[in-house]
Amino acid sequence: MPKRAVRQHPFMQCATLWEKKPNWCFAKMTAQEVRLCGLLLQEHFGEVVERVGTHLLRGGAQNLRTIANETNTPLDLVKKSLCVLVQHGACEFGSGRRGPGSPVEYRASCERVLRVLRYPRYIYTAKTLYGDTGELIVEEVLQRGHMTMSNTVKTVADRLTHNMEEGRSMEYSEVVSAFSKLVETHFLQRCPPVAEMGAAAPSATPATPGTPAAPASTAPPTAESNPDCYKLPHVTLIGRGKRRRSSDDSEEQRGGKKAKMDSESCGDEGIYWQVNFERFHQHFRDQAIISAVASKLDQTSSEIVRTMLRMSEVTTTQTAAYTQPLSANEIFRSLPPNYSISRPILDQYLSLLVDDPMEFVGKSGDSGGGMYVVNLQRALANLARATLESVVQERFGSRSARIFRLLLRKRHLEQKQVEDFAMIPAKEAKDMLYTLLSENLVQLQEIPKTPDYAPSRTFYLYTVNQLPTARLLLQHCYKTVANLIERRLFETKENKRLLEKSQRIEAILASLQASGAEPEQLTEVEEMITAPERQQLEALRHHINKLDSTENQVDETIFLLESYIFSTKTK
Amino acid sequence: MAGGKGRGIAAFSFNIESLGLSRGNMPQTRVGPNKLYPDVEFKPVPLKVGEDEDYMLALKQEIRGTMRQLPHNIRPLAGKGDVERYKERYQRQNMLDEEWTPDWQLFPKELMPQKKKLNVKPGAKKKPIKVSSKEKSDVLSKLDELEKKDDVKSDEEKEEKKTTEEGEEEEIEGEELDEEELEEENDYIASYFEDGDDFGAGSDENMDEGATY
Repeated sequence: MPKRAVRQHPFMQCATLWEKKPNWCFAKMTAQEVRLCGLLLQEHFGEVVERVGTHLLRGGAQNLRTIANETNTPLDLVKKSLCVLVQHGACEFGSGRRGPGSPVEYRASCERVLRVLRYPRYIYTAKTLYGDTGELIVEEVLQRGHMTMSNTVKTVADRLTHNMEEGRSMEYSEVVSAFSKLVETHFLQRCPPVAEMGAAAPSATPATPGTPAAPASTAPPTAESNPDCYKLPHVTLIGRGKRRRSSDDSEEQRGGKKAKMDSESCGDEGIYWQVNFERFHQHFRDQAIISAVASKLDQTSSEIVRTMLRMSEVTTTQTAAYTQPLSANEIFRSLPPNYSISRPILDQYLSLLVDDPMEFVGKSGDSGGGMYVVNLQRALANLARATLESVVQERFGSRSARIFRLLLRKRHLEQKQVEDFAMIPAKEAKDMLYTLLSENLVQLQEIPKTPDYAPSRTFYLYTVNQLPTARLLLQHCYKTVANLIERRLFETKENKRLLEKSQRIEAILASLQASGAEPEQLTEVEEMITAPERQQLEALRHHINKLDSTENQVDETIFLLESYIFSTKTK
Repeated sequence: MAGGKGRGIAAFSFNIESLGLSRGNMPQTRVGPNKLYPDVEFKPVPLKVGEDEDYMLALKQEIRGTMRQLPHNIRPLAGKGDVERYKERYQRQNMLDEEWTPDWQLFPKELMPQKKKLNVKPGAKKKPIKVSSKEKSDVLSKLDELEKKDDVKSDEEKEEKKTTEEGEEEEIEGEELDEEELEEENDYIASYFEDGDDFGAGSDENMDEGATY
């Protein structure tokens, strides 16, 4: 790229990197993806951000004026929405297509918005790994987009103190240690700096901005390209969390704001931290593999695989097809102490794992007692295949699933062959095949015998392609989640009056209890909700909980399919 | 080609057996669009139930509630004329951090909210006004000169009046334009558009005048 003689505004320089993005990054979003993103934006950021965000997702890169005109939104609201989207990493900006002089263009990232669906899983994982402190840290950073370390520590300490008993408070140092652990294990990372782009661009050769570690991330200067990505700032935070009392709430808030302004100078301004989604995804993938091994074989095998994955955490890159080879000796030494199996037994387990048709573990050599790798890509492909088979089974029955599995294994089969291999009578086999065909789970492939494709002289073969079918199923999942959200919104809207009434009564009850009212007064207020209304409320809560829980669980399938599809892209 | 050969008997051009169909056993034709909610043959598998799922459910609902009240949640400008509902009183109490200022280092400048600086430095403003109106009056006067070659002298007086009127209008327009320029602080030249508008206005007025002889 020609060097620019004049120093530009730092963020304008990302134009050169902007143009170098691979083509698939600009792939049009499907209608289902855009619909789901819109609903997620609306639920978490409000209608205005939803309007702006959806417009950006549908229309690609646009500048400020275009967005304001085409969405009929006042300019200042558009500005605020864009700020929110950029803050959360859902939108990035760069200089326009016509070169450095043209207005700034904004581009929204569908993938990033879809991550919002997975927030509960991220937070829960942080809780299992690093306790309540870790959980709150990740929650705060997710809710605010990105935060400085000092800000996070103070907010989390305050929140923890609030939940503790009277007289006890949380030390900043404890929160800092949890924060450091999250950074050390790469769950948190520094945001890609905007100002540093000026330094990064000339020095980076055209190959490096597409760091092999993160082709999925859309920001050209990725967080990983910063060498200080996981370096903690030198800040000493001493203090304890403050307890907020409900009586002087407003005062505390004002005082809290003042305190924020005073303590701005903590030494780490400008260093913002964001959640490293890829690292969490790596963890989820490992979890999926381990639980698959546990259910297919037994607990001990899964422990062995867990050990192997743990040992390879740092040495495996994002998109590696398999982990670095580990010798049986190393594995034996690194097994957890409560799993004391003898060396020959370990060898037997390892050979069992290698022989298993799911191909979780492979043998790559014989030195050191045998070199073993975990086949990450194969494992993901097999998990995706199992998901597809399970979907077909649950929707169309076990015999259709048998046909589906057959076609997956044998690739191309004629009608007659399907009937024979699946051992299903012709008429039913034909029906099932046509149902699967109409659902696009099975395709018909023509093999001509003659160059003129004459129908009487052409083979018609049924076939299943795993990758396109996985994509199709992924789109179904997006549609499912969008439908679930819409249904939930509908249910809430239908019962809006009742919900408001119950909210009001709860508020009254709370204030009465705080001011020390008698039990009779409380029961009187409680009785303002009649029994049938209570039932209705209960049913409503039950429905909404079910819908929410379903969203979480569909997201697990989405994760598996997305990981599989992504792993096939980088070959 | 193969259609007419069977003499009235329908004949397919390919081997029907290879698809598993037979003459008496054709699949049913569709009579209309699919049902909106097709019948489900197999009931869906029940959801996973457990501690993990319950916790994540609670987390999800909590996140939704909290994010609604953060300043990131931007509300459309609601009309104030309506009666203030009772619920708004206790809903507003739950707002956390009404204001949020992003770190402008990380954002493009144009997203900064601009305040209308109407009262600041009137002296500095007059200069730009004079310059812009001067430019425009130069252009207009050139156009006037060109027109004068065709017009009678009596029209010149009208033109002069018109130019002074236009000059005043331009001053007003110039003020509005400069406010916009100050507002945006863009890196591109905003006057690019404004000149076009003025050209159009200027030439229209001259043409009107031309038509009145």
